[in-house]
Amino acid sequence: MSIVKPLLVSMLLIASPALAASEADFKAAYAAAEAANKEAGSLRNQWTTTASTLAAAKKAADGGDFDTALARATEAEALAKASIYQATSEKERWKDMEIR
Amino acid sequence: MKPRFAIRLASAMFALSLVAMPVFTITARAADKIDPEADKKAFQKFFTEKFPKLKPEDFVNGPYSMNEDLHKQWEEKEQFPPYEFSLEAGKEMFSRPFKNGKSYADCFQNQGIGIRQNYPYFDEKDGKVITLELALNRCREANGEAPFSYVKDEMAALTAYMAFTSRGKPFDIKIPNDPRALEAYQKGKEYFYTRRGQLNFSCATCHVQSPGERIRAEVLAPALGILNAMPIYRSEWSGMGTTSRRFTTCNSQIRGVPLTPQDDEYRNLEYYLSYVSNGMPISGPGARP
Repeated sequence: MSIVKPLLVSMLLIASPALAASEADFKAAYAAAEAANKEAGSLRNQWTTTASTLAAAKKAADGGDFDTALARATEAEALAKASIYQATSEKERWKDMEIR
Repeated sequence: MKPRFAIRLASAMFALSLVAMPVFTITARAADKIDPEADKKAFQKFFTEKFPKLKPEDFVNGPYSMNEDLHKQWEEKEQFPPYEFSLEAGKEMFSRPFKNGKSYADCFQNQGIGIRQNYPYFDEKDGKVITLELALNRCREANGEAPFSYVKDEMAALTAYMAFTSRGKPFDIKIPNDPRALEAYQKGKEYFYTRRGQLNFSCATCHVQSPGERIRAEVLAPALGILNAMPIYRSEWSGMGTTSRRFTTCNSQIRGVPLTPQDDEYRNLEYYLSYVSNGMPISGPGARP
């Protein structure tokens, strides 16, 4: 009997990462990605791949596939953040490439 | 491209650019003082030293100046140039009066003939750069006509005709003694050298570091004289394209979202690139692979 409790806990721990993403998870990730892409837009440096990945996230969500939707939204946020990093770092780095 | 791979690629490109930076750095820190004349001299010196066999005026032929075979192709193309239909359409459009009886000639110095080499210019009243494409649409709107798309068709035809009337005239871009003009020039320079898009390319990555090299099937043109042939017929486009088309497609090719044609950034970029090609002859309209 004493072994049953730890076994149940272990099963729950193993099962939890495999739980399906919810619509709420997707919406939160999508909002974060959109906000980052908006910031990239204010820096005049959006990437086409951010837009296409956001579109893929939306399409998956519309089809009820929230696992894929969450994954795409997370990737879109990473792309948007990379474009923000690029725009920020290039504010000075462009000078290194100049012909003098 | 799968997004996950795209993220890895972006990260790799950033890492690579950091490692490669000293190799590609043409000289050390610069650009703190705005000196267009010094920039122009250094810019032209860089290209003439990189391609010592080229005559200065050959740079305006872009990729066709880069090797003998391509130059032969260009000479053959010029027998029956693919931009000819557009040029003829532009000539006809230019002379056709607007509904109010006025015409394009009324909007420009010298009735618009032989003036391409003076565009873009800095308008001290507006405090902004005015390109030829912008001036043409402003002319239309001032005369009650709807503006044309900036990227092709009618705009390409009109600018083709105006460029043709300036063929052989050297670019003569002025920077007036106005801090706003210097700022516009400097911002154009910054845009030219700034890496953007997921591929982490600047204009200079292709047109300063790699002219004459291939990117897929295309031979890259040198930045010197790159706007002198505008507008161009591109086989890749199966049609004509303006400077606006060239800038926006360059941005999307490196996976950057293009700005709107004639946004300040593109106008400033055109100002910078034209100024550093001062003295190079107008060769437009041109043809490119």
